[in-house]
Amino acid sequence: MAETIPAGSTTDGVIQVGQPTDARVSAPASYDVADFPVPHGREEDWRFTPLERLRGLHDGTAVADGGVKVEVAAPAGVTVETVGRDDARLGKAGKPVDRVAAQAYSSFEKASVVSVPKETVLTEPVRIAVHGEGGTAFGHQVIEIGAFAEAVVVIDHTGDATVAANVEYLIGDGAKLTVVSVQDWDDTAVHVGQHTALVGRDATFKSVVVTFGGDLVRLHPRVVYGAPGGEAELYGLYFTDNGQHQEHRLFIDHDTPHCRSNVAYKGALQGAEAHAVWIGDVLIRAAAEGTDTYELNRNLVLTDGARVDSVPNLEIETGEIVGAGHASATGRFEDEQLFYLMARGIPADEARRLVVRGFFAELVQQIGLPELEERLIAKIEAELEASVG
Amino acid sequence: MATLEINDLHVSVDAEGGPREILRGVDLTVKQGETHAIMGPNGSGKSTLAYSLAGHPKYTVTGGTVTLDGEDVLAMSVDERARAGVFLAMQYPVEVPGVSVSNFLRTSATAIRGEAPKLRTWVKEVKEAMERLHIDPSFAERNVNEGFSGGEKKRHEILQLELLKPAIAILDETDSGLDVDALRVVSEGVNRVREAGQVGTLLITHYTRILRYIKPDHVHVFAAGRIAESGGPELADKLEEEGYEEYVKGGASE
Repeated sequence: MAETIPAGSTTDGVIQVGQPTDARVSAPASYDVADFPVPHGREEDWRFTPLERLRGLHDGTAVADGGVKVEVAAPAGVTVETVGRDDARLGKAGKPVDRVAAQAYSSFEKASVVSVPKETVLTEPVRIAVHGEGGTAFGHQVIEIGAFAEAVVVIDHTGDATVAANVEYLIGDGAKLTVVSVQDWDDTAVHVGQHTALVGRDATFKSVVVTFGGDLVRLHPRVVYGAPGGEAELYGLYFTDNGQHQEHRLFIDHDTPHCRSNVAYKGALQGAEAHAVWIGDVLIRAAAEGTDTYELNRNLVLTDGARVDSVPNLEIETGEIVGAGHASATGRFEDEQLFYLMARGIPADEARRLVVRGFFAELVQQIGLPELEERLIAKIEAELEASVG
Repeated sequence: MATLEINDLHVSVDAEGGPREILRGVDLTVKQGETHAIMGPNGSGKSTLAYSLAGHPKYTVTGGTVTLDGEDVLAMSVDERARAGVFLAMQYPVEVPGVSVSNFLRTSATAIRGEAPKLRTWVKEVKEAMERLHIDPSFAERNVNEGFSGGEKKRHEILQLELLKPAIAILDETDSGLDVDALRVVSEGVNRVREAGQVGTLLITHYTRILRYIKPDHVHVFAAGRIAESGGPELADKLEEEGYEEYVKGGASE
């Protein structure tokens, strides 16, 4: 079984072999919410999540009232459609893996499909703005990138809402998709969703998940490969404040030979009752020879009372791989570090900024999107200002 | 003319069973241009004096005064003390992951000088200071003290001393753990700063070895939380011969 890595500890290179795929979920994946029992909180995949704060998304009591506005701004050449439940493009990337994702899949009325035709190289990002107006909503979004097309998609979540919504990324052969999902919700929002990418032959998928807001955010970024040669980079950045629960549960399913994945998630926590959860599951199946994978999670605890659960888990069913590794570490910003910086004339808030900026800098650079870089740094500064002051 | 005046300083730490007094009435005046060596056995309170002057939160001042040119140092926060001109070269410098040496030095110099140093002259200034201390240029991009050897940490402390040019430099066992070569390099750095005549130096050490490189004007023997004896450089020679035995008998705090 995977083990919890308490704050302050480090794991490196623990490799688990031969664990059944579904040992850690309470039910097999399914499109139908009825196939999932209502979680009680002790299941492996629910044990970190405060169910009482899900506002009924998990037990069927949440009722959609449409209080969420979605706007898509797409450059010329991109098709944006609203489709019914029977559209053939829905559900292709994979089935929902937990009850809330299945609830979303069973409950949405219309889905949005954004398509970038094959061989189209976009010079401007597609922007999807999801703005909560205090309501409850179930949603479904498909982003389809044709063969050899290239696109950047930015999904922004703001406002207050209770949302269960899934996103599917269908990435054609040789295509390149970069997706940035920013959870900049008000501190009252609840957001649960599954983001599943189906990566085509020699295609490249880059995911950047940025979570700052929300009372409770629980996301499942998942990657499956449709054909050999696929590459996935998953970056994440979270800043968990007083009272927030931010949970990222990643799963990379290496079921195809010669694919690559790289995961790097970093989070800072500040304030009492701040709780961040990071689950990084990587499965290399017997058929996936030539796999190259690495995952990393780093957490920086800035104040007492914050809690991190970081659980990396690597399962390997073939020895014929290029590489596989993981690392997880949670560090504290110590009083001694603060004293050292202050003893050099640096005021306390500036010292904290210096450390947090340094902590995120490498990741922000890796993301490689200059426009986002500036926004992230500004946002990190704002988070620090808000909670330090 | 910077003067640090310590009068009847009493300092306690929280220990099991209540506060424990470590400093029991320290009197000392350090003037600009002077070098005072504070020598004493382990547990005599030398390091407590250093950290108390810098304002470490672990230590509680229970009595006495510390002033720098008449300003109340004890009323200042840690960073205010540093900006007022108090510099502590630490015995065990702390690792600060994620913060590069170059970023750290520049942020610190900006805070101490009150304005950001001009980039071009600053780069040159740092480069030359690093060369003088035999610090490899690659250190600028490394994280502060992370993975540094003991000697590298000490040279990095003296690099900051050279760049920040304090009014009062407190060197807490800067010599400990250094081999002869490193001790010479570090001492040369301290002497460069001293020769400028702008700094009053408080050199805290267990051993007399460093005094061969850094000549003190005054030597004080620290025992049981206060200065037990003061004298000139000849007092160090006596300690070299006889050790601390005379001072620890029945008097040490632990």
